[in-house]
Amino acid sequence: MTSYWHALAGGGLIGLSAVLLLLVNGRIAGISGIAGRLLQGKQVWLNAAFILGLISGPVFYSAVFGTYPSATVVASGPVMALAGVFVGFGTRMGSGCTSGHGILGMARFSRRSIAATAIFLLSGILVATISGLFQ
Amino acid sequence: MNRIVILRISASLLAGIIFGFGLSVSGMIDPARVRGFLDVASGNWDPSLIFVLGGALAVAIPGIALQRTLGRPFLDDRFHLPERKEVDRRLVIGSAIFGTGWGLAGLCPGPAIAGLSIGLAPVFLFTAAMAAGMLIHDRFVASVTK
Repeated sequence: MTSYWHALAGGGLIGLSAVLLLLVNGRIAGISGIAGRLLQGKQVWLNAAFILGLISGPVFYSAVFGTYPSATVVASGPVMALAGVFVGFGTRMGSGCTSGHGILGMARFSRRSIAATAIFLLSGILVATISGLFQ
Repeated sequence: MNRIVILRISASLLAGIIFGFGLSVSGMIDPARVRGFLDVASGNWDPSLIFVLGGALAVAIPGIALQRTLGRPFLDDRFHLPERKEVDRRLVIGSAIFGTGWGLAGLCPGPAIAGLSIGLAPVFLFTAAMAAGMLIHDRFVASVTK
């Protein structure tokens, strides 16, 4: 049961972060957009500050809870590399990821984001389920 | 740098910290948990990550409603929001490619970047490959497919 409360509370914090960035800076907290713009050298300070904060999130977590969040890798090196390219390429082509489309776009009831979220959830479920059969 | 720029950068840093902390609390930072959610035929499907989206939307929907009553954000003269409305081929194909990578590794961009501080070598590899994928798209493909 506790994992449900953690999921809900963590989700609430993610939503809070998104609302903060929107109301204060007027920007969408879409991670692929922020990372992509940083790589293009656009608004370097703003985007680098967000990415730096994002990376330090687990450090703050360990300061509060005494341990880093658990993370177990489930794919081999070559699969991780291939998947990384897919995620980077696909999120830039589709103009967003789980945060920009899945949270902010859905909260804005954007037709594009609802479609994108349905598509990446479906393809994610399909690929994870099929590759799960071979493990 | 003037005062307002420093305040904007600070807000951005704070939002990043809260986001990364939230990902850590939620369990979404764990590729095994994400795969346990996306793999529906494993025999022990873990639906808890639906609650991450639920918790985020429970805060973001009223936040958006509030944003719509404001003329501008606190530290800028306008809101920078996406304006495109049509569901086009790039959105559909890009999202399908993203989902494929997400399903293979159990990582999407936020957890991949936040997870760097946990120090797992495969996460570094994934995140470097993700940056390469972003650059390949933005440098060579975006202008061709537009």
